[in-house]
Amino acid sequence: MMMEVSTIDKTKLQATALKVREHIIRMATDGGCFVGASLSAADLILYLYSEWLNVNKDNLDDPDRDYLFLSKGHDVPALYGTFVELGLMDRARLKNHLSIDDNIYWHPNTKIPGIEFHSGSLGHLPSVAIGVALDIKIRGGKNRVVCILGDGELNEGTCWEAMLVANAYKLDNLIFVVDRNQFQANMPTEELIPLEPLHDKFTAFGAAVKRIDGHDFDALHEAFSAYPFQQGKLNVVIADTVRGKGLPSIERRADRWFCNFTAPEIDSLLKELHGEHLTQLTSETLVVR
Amino acid sequence: MTYEELLTREALADERFIVMTAENRALVRNIYAHLGNRFIDTGITEQTMIGAAAGLALRGRIPVVHALASFLTMRAFEFVRTDAGIPNLPLKLSSFIPGFLSDGNGPTHQAIEDIALMRGIPNMTVFAPADEDDLLKMLPDIWKYPSPSYVRINTRKTDYAHAPFEIGKAEVIAEGSDVTILTYGLLFEQTLEAVKILKQEGLSVGLINMRSLKPVDEQAILKAAESTMIVTVEDHFLTGGLYTIVAETLLKHQTSAHVVPFALNERWFKPSLVPQVLQHEGFTGKQIAEKILGYTTKAVQPKIAAQEFSE
Repeated sequence: MMMEVSTIDKTKLQATALKVREHIIRMATDGGCFVGASLSAADLILYLYSEWLNVNKDNLDDPDRDYLFLSKGHDVPALYGTFVELGLMDRARLKNHLSIDDNIYWHPNTKIPGIEFHSGSLGHLPSVAIGVALDIKIRGGKNRVVCILGDGELNEGTCWEAMLVANAYKLDNLIFVVDRNQFQANMPTEELIPLEPLHDKFTAFGAAVKRIDGHDFDALHEAFSAYPFQQGKLNVVIADTVRGKGLPSIERRADRWFCNFTAPEIDSLLKELHGEHLTQLTSETLVVR
Repeated sequence: MTYEELLTREALADERFIVMTAENRALVRNIYAHLGNRFIDTGITEQTMIGAAAGLALRGRIPVVHALASFLTMRAFEFVRTDAGIPNLPLKLSSFIPGFLSDGNGPTHQAIEDIALMRGIPNMTVFAPADEDDLLKMLPDIWKYPSPSYVRINTRKTDYAHAPFEIGKAEVIAEGSDVTILTYGLLFEQTLEAVKILKQEGLSVGLINMRSLKPVDEQAILKAAESTMIVTVEDHFLTGGLYTIVAETLLKHQTSAHVVPFALNERWFKPSLVPQVLQHEGFTGKQIAEKILGYTTKAVQPKIAAQEFSE
């Protein structure tokens, strides 16, 4: 069946993505957050919630909704920012980041309406997503299940174990999206545990794979519009991204993983995001979590 | 009725049930024919099975999952703790060949820290039936309980007819003032024998089948503390099992008692068939009784049944 590809308002998405990135940057102080991984995943998370997933504030308990699982977890500020921009979360609540009186912290948790499952321990949500996808299959449902994985997360054996099982059960209602930002915590992936050729690895595990620019909304739309990629096969999208995307002063920097910026740095980075200038960063680098 | 017949009956009556296994089909060989796609074998992937069970539970299912006790509790520990424990999802863990039931498999397969591990997880409930009759009386309530549960599956047959089961309640088999034996699982049969010998030797002996280890029946333990001596008998490490539960309970209630443990102290057991393991490790009824008495008797230890062959 050929589906007509709908159009997207790319300009609007790009403008919203800037706002999501502003939210992320504002969370990177007073305790900080995993800003690099959030900025790399921001466009694909925004795209999925804006254009593709059947998820909105009125259907969060509807068994026929689509599901998105954030398995890498560190990118949750991008999710908070997206939720705010799409009306799933109060903007004021972002000020509670790391507050003892709220539940907005470094990893996803289900106290935030719209978050389907907690994460933080890598390699868990591929299997949880499989359980949901299996149940949808058993019930004959049409809803779809997305699981966003980090590339570093692919070191975990359970990601590959899950792929064996997804292949065995022909879970073509399941999509693994890899935020391929080329870095794990402290190092480029290819310098520590090389992953390439990643497309071939997934193909060898029985998946139907698309590799795209994860910051290009047209490319994201073209890839996801082709769902299901192949009848009876797990869908995999390798989204090539840039760690720290949008902030040239931290882009692709191994030492800017977890960031806890000073207040003046935040002001400067917000201007940098809009292309005004580069920021002279003096805050401590690479606080290992 | 067998375990598989009970599970089939419950699952056919309640669409929420999903039967899963990490390719350990000993208990569920025939169930696929009845349940079709509500039977899911994930292959040798204990972690993925638990994660997927959590996903199924998110969708309102009650997954009853099967794997060998050591791999279910240790290979998949963090998945159980993180994906079932934290969200309090009703995953039902059927743990195959726990404790001495691993026979001749060797220490890789000896789950003798499973009680300690599972009861350490918030929201998790822990059960250890004495025999098949006890197992079948316990499971329906356990499966309907809205929290995750760990069950030491024990399908050995005894001729004891157990009392109805209630979560958090022990089964008091006998009361006595000299010694009260607290036990769970397959050693129940041996403690019955030990009680017989101790009574012949003139002691007033109590026996409690603990059954529900978490939540535990604190009142039963405190009552046992009124006898001169408490004896705990378990196929588990000394650390973290029934002996620890008793100690914690006595301390919590500021009660003291003379407690003598039968357990595996900082060691794995010698692998062999169950009857020989019990003899070698000193867990036959006669051995338990004579250790409590401090002298040998003329009592004859009845033959101990071997395990049916299982994968």
